Amino acid sequence: MGPVPELDELNEFFWTSGADGKLRMQYCDDCQYWQHPPSVCCRKCLGEGIAPRELSGEGTVAAVTINRMPWMPGLKVPYVLVIVELDEQPGLRLTSAMPSVDPEQVAIGDRVKVWFEQREDVWMPFFAPLA
Amino acid sequence: MSNPYSEKQCVISGVGQSEIGRRLPRSGLQLTVDAVKKALDDAGLKREDIDGVSSWPGQMQNSAPGFSPVSITDLREAMDLKLSWYNAGIESTQMSAIINACMAVASGQARHVICFRTMTEASSMAKGTRSSVQGTGSQRISGPFQWQLPFGAFSASSWAALIASRYMHEFGASREQLAQIALNARRNAQLNERAVYRDPLSMEDYLSARMISDPLCLFDCDVPIDGSTVLIISHKDCAPDLKATPIHIESVAGPLYGRDSWDQQDDLTRFCAEDAGKMLWSRTDFSPKDVDFAELYDGFSFLTLLWLEGLGFCGRGEAAAFVEGGQRIARDGELPLATHGGQLSAGRTHGLGYFHEAVKQLRGEAGSHQLAGDRKLAVVSNGGGNLAGAALLRKD
Ligand SMILES: [Zn+2]
Repeated sequence: MGPVPELDELNEFFWTSGADGKLRMQYCDDCQYWQHPPSVCCRKCLGEGIAPRELSGEGTVAAVTINRMPWMPGLKVPYVLVIVELDEQPGLRLTSAMPSVDPEQVAIGDRVKVWFEQREDVWMPFFAPLA
Repeated sequence: MSNPYSEKQCVISGVGQSEIGRRLPRSGLQLTVDAVKKALDDAGLKREDIDGVSSWPGQMQNSAPGFSPVSITDLREAMDLKLSWYNAGIESTQMSAIINACMAVASGQARHVICFRTMTEASSMAKGTRSSVQGTGSQRISGPFQWQLPFGAFSASSWAALIASRYMHEFGASREQLAQIALNARRNAQLNERAVYRDPLSMEDYLSARMISDPLCLFDCDVPIDGSTVLIISHKDCAPDLKATPIHIESVAGPLYGRDSWDQQDDLTRFCAEDAGKMLWSRTDFSPKDVDFAELYDGFSFLTLLWLEGLGFCGRGEAAAFVEGGQRIARDGELPLATHGGQLSAGRTHGLGYFHEAVKQLRGEAGSHQLAGDRKLAVVSNGGGNLAGAALLRKD
């Protein structure tokens, strides 16, 4: 529904990670710290020992909104947007959407799992209820 | 030793505002010149006295339509200003126009600085483009917006709504409580002939309004306008020569300690308002209990709740209860808010409009919507999410 991200050196691993069905983010081994969005160094220790690492893809809905406004011609509403807090670290979050479920059925605290939808050369990480 | 803070050397010597409306026949530059002329007249200054200009965000590449239609260059050329110092840039808070002007005046780079903010979002919307909605083109997205737009989080309405949902969940706040921000603004706008929306607004109207992005409805979102607001910041030594009552800038702050993002803050519902509040109060001997009224940012009604907490007018998680019933924030309450109607009802002047209103109230020149009694100290705040700035204004 939205525009596709422009891939660059920093973000390419994230936006193509879903090709094998896995969510990945940068992880610093020295700090045991996950960081997102990706950057050139660990924002805790400033070391460059950060590398993309696989996450469980599971998390909890921290915030939810149903967008009901057709901001542009052709935009199908309503749809549900979420901020998901990922299990691996408090405060490690993704703004995302849950296009496969009834918007009215999503609530804060729901347990969710990532799934991917390919758009051009990008794999969008969406979420769905954890079965 | 003199006080080290630059703002203590400065006063707001004049304010001016163009016509504010939904689609005006005048261009952004015309509206800006209108506002400058009014501010000069208000201060008793001449165009030749102006030697500095400060703005936010100034000229923007790929500018969102109507969001920043006038650059410093445009204004300088139009009015043939001779500038010793000028500055604008988007990598700062909205408040940076004021902070930078104070630093320029205190350090002798300039003596009388025009600060301006001009919007033509209403005319742009009429042409079918919304500046508050990003990424409507077909091109790929890079930079910070890539983390929101691809999922359909196009508008700040949705970004704020996500945080509002979290706040309501954590603290049990209700839509009826949030409504008080919008209802109070509208009651004040009814007294202000310059406000954009002046029809009565009831709780029933609010609760039955169209939802934009849950839990925010139409009346929780401010109204795009065409218009320009100007402040003139001058050295306090000029005060005796001014036509208007000078308003002192007791304290001003625009920090960014948290993440530069809406969704990666350590605490989703604190935003940067709290840091701005701490810094604001650290630069003055006044405290929240001394404040006579507050012009808190209401680009979304919900942001006002975070500002009430961030500035210390109530405790963490207490803002919804603070505004419940609306009496406390009404014009005869203990902390009047949005005395001109806020951005919700008076129009999205995007920051400087609150200063204009605060200065008029402190001087006792707000006319039909003047607060009762002598008001000496006012707080102004700007921004939401990763943008936060606050100022404390004082009359002698
Ligand atoms: Zn590290």
